Amino acid sequence: MIVKRTNLTLWERFYLPAILGGFKVTWRHFKNTLFRGKAVTMQYPEQKWVVPPGYRGAPYLVRDQDGDTKCVSCQLCEFICPPKAIKIIPPGPTGQIADRPNAEKMPREFEINMLRCIFCGLCQEVCPEEAIFLQQDYSLTGLARGEMVFNKDKLLALGGTHAGVQKWKHKLAEAKEQESFPVKT
Amino acid sequence: MDWNFIVFSLVKIAAVLGVLLTMVAYAVLVERKVSAWIQDRVGPNRVALPLVGALPVVGPLLTRLGFWQPLVDGVKAFIKEDFTPAHVRKGWFSLAPAVALIPALLVIAVIPFGSKLGGQQMVIADLNVGILYTFGIVSLGVYGIVLAGYASNSKFPFLGGIRSSAQMISYEISMGMSVIPVFLIAGDLNLSQIIAYQAGTLGGVLPNWLVFKAPLSFLIFLVAAFAETNRLPFDLPEAETELVGGYHTEYSSMRFGMFFMGEYAAMFAGTAMMVTLFFGGWTLPFWGLDKPAETLGMGLAHIGIFLAKMLALMLVFIWVRWMLPRFRYDQLMDLGWRKFIPLALANILATAVWLWMRK
Repeated sequence: MIVKRTNLTLWERFYLPAILGGFKVTWRHFKNTLFRGKAVTMQYPEQKWVVPPGYRGAPYLVRDQDGDTKCVSCQLCEFICPPKAIKIIPPGPTGQIADRPNAEKMPREFEINMLRCIFCGLCQEVCPEEAIFLQQDYSLTGLARGEMVFNKDKLLALGGTHAGVQKWKHKLAEAKEQESFPVKT
Repeated sequence: MDWNFIVFSLVKIAAVLGVLLTMVAYAVLVERKVSAWIQDRVGPNRVALPLVGALPVVGPLLTRLGFWQPLVDGVKAFIKEDFTPAHVRKGWFSLAPAVALIPALLVIAVIPFGSKLGGQQMVIADLNVGILYTFGIVSLGVYGIVLAGYASNSKFPFLGGIRSSAQMISYEISMGMSVIPVFLIAGDLNLSQIIAYQAGTLGGVLPNWLVFKAPLSFLIFLVAAFAETNRLPFDLPEAETELVGGYHTEYSSMRFGMFFMGEYAAMFAGTAMMVTLFFGGWTLPFWGLDKPAETLGMGLAHIGIFLAKMLALMLVFIWVRWMLPRFRYDQLMDLGWRKFIPLALANILATAVWLWMRK
């Protein structure tokens, strides 16, 4: 594309129209900000923006509707995590069993290093139990690196319950019903 | 030696320096606030002092205005690491900030900032050749920047130094020539005499200020002052978008602070010169404020008038910075050499002819 560049007129070459125009614009903004309080600044720590749904904040573990741990320590999230921020220690053959009836196990320890996490959301996508969700926290701070490695208790406390997805709610009843034959529907 | 003279001069120097440096600090705050308001922001509004901040209405208001910000800025500048890069020329590198700051302070010495306070004339040095001294000192200001550019020994400061030397030399010519009509009209080089000439009114309506008698001179002086103090639209030596920071790229801590203070002190010197030459100095054309003061109150009022005029012009400087974009280098040179110098020469000629015809 060829932009046509017209020569400035004599009046424009005095720079006066530019100065007048500049003054008009700056004065309009000045008086609107100063006298009518139209500043766009958000006073951050006091005012906070509304986090939109679908926002990818920090990943936390969630509990189900009965307050039990949803994670079954399958370690898929650990394997898919691109920056290797997640570390899971499974319970092992002699470890404690899961605190909910449908699961065989739950992690002994589950750590997310928030300094490594890139908030990509792959852990949430890969999780078969829907036990980890990227939530709304965008401002994670700490005074030491150690503080930024969140352990299982902290992740569960921050994550809260996620009653929306109740994958196993009726599975136990269904399994019990299948014990007797013929199956009642 | 006359001990009386020495003591009073020292007192005046201390007072002027104190007021000037405070004004420099607060000019930075005003700059930040005005820029914020022009750009739909709120500006610095956080710093609160422990006791004053607890006062009912005044404390929060001062905090919102950022009134204590200059204090914190100053402390910050002092406690930051003063880093000297390994590749600089050490001696010149340390010298440059001082060379940049001192000329701006020296110019203030000849400015009559008030009429009389008690028996003392409110000017540090009442030179007969005041304006020649001023231009001599002002032209020293370029050395600080050139030295900084040379001593930093890296490309961006070097380019900034080159630009500033070319720019300041170019605009000094038109600046010097723009004030000649003022002296032709007033008939004296002594700045106190020029202020005395501007007393009274022009036809009973306008004050008898030289800005109304020589408006073209004022315009050229104003534009040249913008160029001399490296302010937008002529801030090519700094040009942070192209040259990182220009001549002060390699500086940190208080050495950078001295460049910063030097820039603002030069602006105050420029506004003080403008007030003296074009806006009647400490005079106002009513209530007998245009004669040297006899009482202490009048003396203080004169100083207040001078400061108020300076601050009004300072606001113009600040406003223009946020209003106009930077000139291109060739446009700057073109404006300086091909527009303002011929214009200033024509102005001198026209004034001289007009004065000769009237005789």
